[in-house]
Amino acid sequence: MQDIREALKERILVLDGAMGTMLQRYKFTEEDFRGERFKDFPIPLQGNNDLLSITQPKAIKEVHAKYFEAGADIVETNTFSGTTIAMADYQMEDLVYELNYESAKIAKEVADEFTKKEPNKPRFVAGSIGPTNRTASMSPDVNDPGYRAVTFDELRIAYKQQVEALMDGGADILLVETVFDTLNAKAALFAIEEVKDERNLDIPIMLSGTITDASGRTLSGQTAEAFLISVSHIPLLSVGFNCALGANLLQPHLEAIANKTDFAISAHPNAGLPNAFGEYDETPEEMGEQIEAYLKKNLINIIGGCCGTTPEHIKVIADIAAKYQPREAVTLNVVKESH
Amino acid sequence: MKVKQSKYMRLSGLEPLVLNENSNFINVGERTNVAGSRKFLRLIKEEQFDEALDIARHQVDGGAQIIDINMDDGLIDGKESMVRFLNLIAAEPDICRVPIMIDSSKWDIIEAGLQVVQGKCVVNSISLKEGEEKFIWEAKQIKRYGAAVIVMAFDEVGQADNYERRIEIAKRSYDVLVNKVGFPSEDIIFDLNIFPVATGMEEHRKNAIDFIEATRWVRQNLENVSVSGGVSNVSFSFRGNNIVREAMHSVFLYYAIQAGMNMGIVNPTMLEVYDDIPKDLLEHVEDVILDRRDDATERLLEFAETVKGTKVEKTADLSWRENPLQDRITHALVKGLDTFIIEDVEEARQSVERPLHVIEGHLMTGMNVVGDLFGEGKMFLPQVVKSARVMKKAVAYLNPFIEAEKGEGQEAVGKILMATVKGDVHDIGKNIVSVVLACNNYEIVDLGVMVPPEKIIETAIKEKVDAIGLSGLITPSLDEMVYLAKEMQRENFEIPLLIGGATTSKAHTAVKIDTEYKNAVVHVNDASRAVTVVGDLLNKKTSNEYVSKLKQDYDEFRTKFLKRGKEKSYIDLETARARKYTIDWETSEIVKPKEMGVQMLKQLSLKELLPYIDWSPFFRSWDLHGKFPDILTDGVVGEQATVLYNEAQEMIEEVIAKQLLKPRAVFGLFEANSVNDDDISVKKKGEEIAVFRTLRQQLQKREGIPNHALSDFIAPESSGKTDYIGAFCVAIFGAQELAESYKAKDDDYSAIMAQAIADRFAEAFAEYLHKQVRTKHWGYAANEDLTNDELIKESYKGIRPAPGYPACPDHLEKETIWELLDVEKIIGVTLTESLAMWPAAAVSGYYFANPEAKYFGLGKITDDQVRDYAERKGIALDKARKWLHPNIA
Repeated sequence: MQDIREALKERILVLDGAMGTMLQRYKFTEEDFRGERFKDFPIPLQGNNDLLSITQPKAIKEVHAKYFEAGADIVETNTFSGTTIAMADYQMEDLVYELNYESAKIAKEVADEFTKKEPNKPRFVAGSIGPTNRTASMSPDVNDPGYRAVTFDELRIAYKQQVEALMDGGADILLVETVFDTLNAKAALFAIEEVKDERNLDIPIMLSGTITDASGRTLSGQTAEAFLISVSHIPLLSVGFNCALGANLLQPHLEAIANKTDFAISAHPNAGLPNAFGEYDETPEEMGEQIEAYLKKNLINIIGGCCGTTPEHIKVIADIAAKYQPREAVTLNVVKESH
Repeated sequence: MKVKQSKYMRLSGLEPLVLNENSNFINVGERTNVAGSRKFLRLIKEEQFDEALDIARHQVDGGAQIIDINMDDGLIDGKESMVRFLNLIAAEPDICRVPIMIDSSKWDIIEAGLQVVQGKCVVNSISLKEGEEKFIWEAKQIKRYGAAVIVMAFDEVGQADNYERRIEIAKRSYDVLVNKVGFPSEDIIFDLNIFPVATGMEEHRKNAIDFIEATRWVRQNLENVSVSGGVSNVSFSFRGNNIVREAMHSVFLYYAIQAGMNMGIVNPTMLEVYDDIPKDLLEHVEDVILDRRDDATERLLEFAETVKGTKVEKTADLSWRENPLQDRITHALVKGLDTFIIEDVEEARQSVERPLHVIEGHLMTGMNVVGDLFGEGKMFLPQVVKSARVMKKAVAYLNPFIEAEKGEGQEAVGKILMATVKGDVHDIGKNIVSVVLACNNYEIVDLGVMVPPEKIIETAIKEKVDAIGLSGLITPSLDEMVYLAKEMQRENFEIPLLIGGATTSKAHTAVKIDTEYKNAVVHVNDASRAVTVVGDLLNKKTSNEYVSKLKQDYDEFRTKFLKRGKEKSYIDLETARARKYTIDWETSEIVKPKEMGVQMLKQLSLKELLPYIDWSPFFRSWDLHGKFPDILTDGVVGEQATVLYNEAQEMIEEVIAKQLLKPRAVFGLFEANSVNDDDISVKKKGEEIAVFRTLRQQLQKREGIPNHALSDFIAPESSGKTDYIGAFCVAIFGAQELAESYKAKDDDYSAIMAQAIADRFAEAFAEYLHKQVRTKHWGYAANEDLTNDELIKESYKGIRPAPGYPACPDHLEKETIWELLDVEKIIGVTLTESLAMWPAAAVSGYYFANPEAKYFGLGKITDDQVRDYAERKGIALDKARKWLHPNIA
């Protein structure tokens, strides 16, 4: 199969859209979430979307297939919350390996089917690694700013387990995403490097941060460029931003990093900002128009969607992306002599 | 000199620090080092982390671009202290905006530090001292944590102390790092050991020049690296002679930087400007640094004797402490000095029979002087409030003695109930009047803000108060005051009613309130008048006469006012609409906002708002009138204004440092068209999502002068063009809590100061955000370049009128903004029943971008518009009348 690094040089790659938005369409009940295997589980499981890879694998496969059909080159595994830290809410820490392994396996099966059908457009699986629900550089207690609810080592160990399972399940890429606290991401990167070292193999890493508001900073307070610098010690396949903002609001932050890195640039924005009911109502065409503005500026190598986006959005985005050339990697290493 | 450089080091805190070919010397702050600062060591030992953070903050404020943190001391747990301190720093955006240098000789401390910092740090340091294996392992870990590294010129043999050894170790370290570890060469910083010169030892003569030359070699031969060092070492032998030391540092840096040293630890206060060094001193110092003569050291030592610096310690003038007791107490009260007041009051207590006599005697004597000086205009409000602070402290000290005696307590001359009325949250003015009255021995029953009328009535009866003072800032509060006057009449009250606050006026008091209550109603709008008015009202001998004179005065004023009011004439709404302000929409430029939709802003530092503060209103809130900054040098109030200003700066510094106030904003930019003359339809993708109802001037004007409404500034639907409008709310959270914390310490002065500062920040935030919107988010004035003065003068393009203010006095429109932006949910600002914003330090309004948009005052409107408005808005006529009341002709 073609290496994704080669594909990146040739065209803009398309990432899939939201998993959660698609799963909502199935209107799964508590029973559906539990399936036969967890019918006696002591606590409610509805809302544990990652669990559906085990209890409703057919639905997950369908969603992946829809995104591939829409034109996605890469789908993300259904593992956004697949760490012992995030799964603690459901008392499912013990299930983390299986969840990640199965999710990667399912996605890989679908990807392979599509690659077989269209060998000139190989499909890839990105193992989704979410931020967890804790922050390593911020205190959840306003009265004790020095307190931390999670340590670097706890995160590193949890991420390591997720990474191993995703790789065992067949993920082609690892996607550390929705980074709102850079220190969490650094722990994930540290864990990935450990696994790479121990297994003596390489796997491409995508990293995607989240700018939370109009200040142009991450939740942990870093500017886009400071964030970029903080994660550039690891050779990444791509760096970029996702979530929190719609496509148009993401543009200035992409511009802030695009000419400062030789990594590829990715973006997977939300379908606009949520309305008063918390729903995303930007149409595929509206979103496409905004994304076209990036592509015209040659800002992007990998484009996709986050909250509120659907295969319809990805179809429009993929069609637009096909019209444009990928961003050329900036060479930062200009030899200069100075005094 | 040519250095080998193809890549540049990039570090980060919350913000980037990127070196490039034009970078100046990077200054590393070192006061947060237990080995270098005794004070810092003590603070860490005693776990006084707040003060330790202040040291870090001063470093950053003072220009340090990186801060070095070191916890290597035998008496503290270095690892725990490092983690704790770095975690605390992470919560201080003003400190952690710069990169951190984690400094330790112990690997476990370094690693613990690396695990708690999100930005790209520098590790200080590693070396070949314990062999290549350990060196490689540590470098690998550092690379994986994503940090740059300082490499000491040290190997298994020892520390490099000459030119050759420095080069040898640097070259070997570089090769290992780059070739065996794959360490990015731009992230390597060499510390080539700065050792003292002029020690008298022959082998130290070349210490400086060897460092400089080794630096040159390293920068020319080891691609991309940096060179650093601790500069103060070089002058170690001249401890105690700062003039010589400062010159030595400058000379050393002058040559070392030329040779390629690009970062280091330098105390900026210990640095002379190279060109300012006297020629003779310069020559002697250069001889030593560059090792130019055999007798350089002796000559400099000799010369140094002639230029020893002297320092003069300035101490406060305490001669007043020699005066008799009463003079000291009066002095403390007049000057607002609380340092010795407990001591003096205790002395006074022992000199009298009963502790109460101290209050009635010593303290009241002093306060009378304060009152007299204030009355004569020789003291100003901020000073009086400070006097009150001292008084309170004294009384608080005496109270336990008084209670122990089971005495009657202090006999107040009167008891005054003070309250901000229902629905209103503004209380700076009320607090000031309360303090001034309390200074004059009135007992104050302060019910706070948003006080319902029933509670005021009930408390007045229960507490048997002698007068009621009401305060309010927003227009709906006027009706609350009228209502309360009616209630007082219904309950047959006989005590006086005092009215104050920004929207109140003598006219409103005379016309609307005075007529509802048979007894005294007085409008008192400044604190200095409050004392005399209350004194006259409560003086049993003269009060009857005073009250009847007052009633007569208000009656006359009312008659005159009502007569005058009738002279103006108004046109009907239809005619007014026909005379609307017209913009030529065919040619008028409409700029589509760059960023449509709702956005929030919660991560702003107050520091960024500082340049936008308009200080003049701050002084007005303290009854000091004049324009900033001229007021600081004003002949009458200048001195006091300066003191006040400086103290405000101090509090602001603390507020910023401890993040005691938090700015938050939400704003949105939308499609819009004006419809039906006076409405603005706000749209999203062509669909209406809200309607702003604007009001139109109805005053009869000269031919050709339009009758404005805000809707005139938005393209009408009929123009076929899509126009745009914005809305916003900014607020400063935490002022109330901060004020309460001061009040709890009997410090009303600081409490009022905190509120006044929060108000200024809220206004500054509105100014800041408007600018961001104009230049960035909307972007219609992307190239504007206005000074703060020009901003205050509103020279910018477009306007930001606020509901409740002259152009759109209807507070009800705030509800529309709240719904449109989901203000309460997103940033937590709520509206009271009178539609005041909570927290009180808040501003909300609209953005209009059209260059022809301008501020105007609505003036009075007539009943036809009120009816039309009620119908458009779909509210009962009574409700419309109630809210538009102040503007109905």
